[in-house]
Amino acid sequence: MNRHRDLPGLILALASAVAVLTALGMVFLYAPREATMGDVQRIFYFHVSSAWVGFFAFFVTFLAGILYLIRGERRWDILALSSVEVGLTFITMAVITGSLWARPVWGTYWTWEPRLTISAVQLLIYIAYGMLRRAVEGPERQARFAAVYGIVAFVTVPLSWFSIRWWRTIHPDILTGGGEMTLTPRMVQTLLVSLAAFTLLYVTLLRQRIRLERFADALAALKMTK
Amino acid sequence: MPVYLVAAYAVFWGLTFVLVFSIWARQRRLERELEALKKAQPSDQ
Repeated sequence: MNRHRDLPGLILALASAVAVLTALGMVFLYAPREATMGDVQRIFYFHVSSAWVGFFAFFVTFLAGILYLIRGERRWDILALSSVEVGLTFITMAVITGSLWARPVWGTYWTWEPRLTISAVQLLIYIAYGMLRRAVEGPERQARFAAVYGIVAFVTVPLSWFSIRWWRTIHPDILTGGGEMTLTPRMVQTLLVSLAAFTLLYVTLLRQRIRLERFADALAALKMTK
Repeated sequence: MPVYLVAAYAVFWGLTFVLVFSIWARQRRLERELEALKKAQPSDQ
């Protein structure tokens, strides 16, 4: 495997960079200043996009886990593991940027309200995925355990999604227009471009992470033949 | 520009960099292992 020959990977990386820079340009130059919160509201675009990618990544792990249990093929285990790692990065981003947004708006970095509490639990559950996975002996047992764990852990995604509708919360709901923020058409366009850019970035990073795991497998197989 | 806004976007770039660097560093380690394996091959035969 030669990383210099990965032309599709290079094209994807360039496309992601252009998309993220376009989104960034729209956040600061195209989207209007929000009336109540001012410039700090501009955190919203990348905060929501990183949360979306985190949720999507955990959904991919959930699906890959089911496919691994049905077919027992290593590629589904690789996809699940890679997606958790990328998803965890984006969920961490969402939690930290959310805290930085909350400080000037709510007057505190953190409050134990339903959405934030579930996000914290979700973060810990997916951090544990990697740790527990390594604790299991034998590649097949490890993959089977990880598949079941990834399926069960996914319950935190719908829980987090619906927490702002099911329970009393101060977290804004952008879909129903709840909370203190109303989106103008330019804000919606900026959000949609950010969501697309982050999704493309996720695909690029996931692809690289999968290639890394395959490389490690090929190397391990080569060592076994020596 | 509010300091929280700057910090939030710094977190985005920082964490993206950490993930990209981590993948790159692991890839380099594997490449070095592969090179070592290739170098060891002629003496084995």
